[in-house]
Amino acid sequence: MSRTLLIDPVTRIEGHAKITVRLDDAGAVQDTRFHVVEFRGFEAFCRGRSVYEMPALTARTCGICPVSHVLTGAKAGDAILGVEPPPAARQLRRMMNLGQILQSHALSFFHLSAPDLLLGFDSAPGARNVFGLIDAEPEIARRGIRMRRFGQEVIAALGGRKIHPAWAVPGGVLGNIDPEALERLRTEHETIVHDAKWAWARYGELVDAHPAEVAAFGDFPSLFLGIVSQDGNWEHHDGLLRFIDAEGNRVGEDFPAERYADVIGEVADADTYLKSPYHLGAQGGKAVGPEAPGTYRVGPLARVNLAERMGTPLADAALAEFRGEFGRVPLGSFHYHGARLIEILACVEQLGELLNDPDLGRGPLRAEAGINHLRGVGVSEAPRGTLFHDYRVDEDGRITGVRMIIATGHNNLAMNRTIGQIAEAFVTGPDVAEGVLNRIEAGIRAYDPCLSCSTHAVGQMPLVLRVEGPDGTLLHEVARG
Amino acid sequence: MAGVNLKIDGVEIEAPAGENLMQAAVRAGVRVPGLCQLDGLSVVGACRMCMVEIAGTPRPRPACATPVGESMDVHTDTPRLREHRRVLLEMLFAEGQHICAACVASGACELQNLAAELGVDHVNFTPPPTRLEMDLSHPRFGYDPSRCVLCTRCVRACAEVEGAFTWGVAGRGRETHLVADLGVPWGEAESCTSCGKCVSACPVGALFEKGTSVGERRVPRALVSTLTARRERESHREVLK
Repeated sequence: MSRTLLIDPVTRIEGHAKITVRLDDAGAVQDTRFHVVEFRGFEAFCRGRSVYEMPALTARTCGICPVSHVLTGAKAGDAILGVEPPPAARQLRRMMNLGQILQSHALSFFHLSAPDLLLGFDSAPGARNVFGLIDAEPEIARRGIRMRRFGQEVIAALGGRKIHPAWAVPGGVLGNIDPEALERLRTEHETIVHDAKWAWARYGELVDAHPAEVAAFGDFPSLFLGIVSQDGNWEHHDGLLRFIDAEGNRVGEDFPAERYADVIGEVADADTYLKSPYHLGAQGGKAVGPEAPGTYRVGPLARVNLAERMGTPLADAALAEFRGEFGRVPLGSFHYHGARLIEILACVEQLGELLNDPDLGRGPLRAEAGINHLRGVGVSEAPRGTLFHDYRVDEDGRITGVRMIIATGHNNLAMNRTIGQIAEAFVTGPDVAEGVLNRIEAGIRAYDPCLSCSTHAVGQMPLVLRVEGPDGTLLHEVARG
Repeated sequence: MAGVNLKIDGVEIEAPAGENLMQAAVRAGVRVPGLCQLDGLSVVGACRMCMVEIAGTPRPRPACATPVGESMDVHTDTPRLREHRRVLLEMLFAEGQHICAACVASGACELQNLAAELGVDHVNFTPPPTRLEMDLSHPRFGYDPSRCVLCTRCVRACAEVEGAFTWGVAGRGRETHLVADLGVPWGEAESCTSCGKCVSACPVGALFEKGTSVGERRVPRALVSTLTARRERESHREVLK
């Protein structure tokens, strides 16, 4: 008799989701599904508002990466005005994005994932959290908190506040960096470089400690998508989009944001509010089938795999080490953690360059223009991956249509596949141990999914696992939280 | 001019006859909250935020529309008035879509300031959903009816100071809204001189400069008051000549 395991909701991720594992008569894994179960409807209620409000409105999608939405919304606005923001504004926007990626990665790695990695997937769930980490490994917890705070302070120095700074606007930014905050950041920077190096140095030890998880956490070939710089290096804000395959070969031509719909298709499923984007070319223009050759991944691992080089010395050294150990294109989703640590190094180094640039913020900060285009697409690399905002406006600049494709959406097919792989490796029947549930969740968590953004959902995260019979009858339930 | 003696919040003052209680309160060093009142414009008493209690009168009276009277004993800040203002304010919030996070006036909004002052941190009323379209047809300015508190300062500024009479009020009850030139999109209103006095007078973010974003409201609210004061001074000079 076939059975279904359900993890509902998934914990220590941003948002509300559940996981179903369906077992066949023999108790082997038949099918797995990742469901995102809440809905907020930003794409509907933004209609009728002014394009100038969009960065601020869409920032409210999420409290973790409001900055990514502010910046991407402002870029879509730039496209509608038909302007390129002044150089100083672009530089400051880049700086804020680096602060955003740094603080979010620090949160993901140190606060959310480190408890699993350092305390073990089978450790007592009551202590397998950031507080347990503080008890067991106070040094790593302290450094993580300090690093996140530094990133948040970069954001506050520019936008006046850490969360929801409505600072980037169509055409540029509202204000310059606060000079006092700039001095404080300069002083603190060296400590953060030291912390980032220290964190990277420990990654090898974590990989060695979890060989089964490294092998099972979504280790499969897929495409990767992200922004690359003109010279093919790591990039997070300005540049063309590139797809590569599992060998690192380019798939199709690099393309600008406004052409995304020619390359990316989306399907909606009845049992989740999270749509599944896929690469149209790889699918042969077809909708997603069971093989899903159009599955692609975005985010830290994708960006690191796409890049020829990171572009700064410490990050490049780390990248060489990473590739030496795991190959040119590491495919395991466990390595999102490693990629995140390499990106932390890149962010910290690039922030150092900006903090010490004597021309930082010099010159005009905003280009003014009317409504010159009726559609604008913005793209930026959010911490979790490529973020698209696609706005349509009427001639007065009123929003008539909004489409947002968010990192977690891009990763949806890959996350489903990851769950399947972990379930196959660790689930052998309906009586599932807590540590196995946690591994399934941790597989999802490696992508650091942000479901608030991707479906515009909010929610608390206790966890329920349901084992269901073929007709949906509850056979076994484990609850926590 | 004959003076009138009265007491406001225990402070004894002398005010010129004909002055209203809101103006007199300033002499007593007391600020009475208000939304629809703006120096230089006529008085309408629309918002009821400035209600005060006068000893011997059973009901509160609007300070902006009540002239000073001999030996009046006026109280501007009693528990009853505070509760009254809070409820009024909640109703104003409930009627519109006051989302400070996306509003040009955030940080320079009289409604937001009043909410902070009176401790209105949530709204107990659940109004039916409204879907009001922004009017962005004017080349320089925008109008968001969902943020309008119907104080009519714009209507009066346009009529009394600019003399254009572009703005008017149409509809009843919750349907009440501003109209330009009897109901055309603002950008098509032939009478509008694009002077911006209405935008300057707006206490909230209902009228705003296009192209401005959150918290970017720059136009001074005192503009209309300054203009009328200067005109008054000029007309005095004319008389003296």
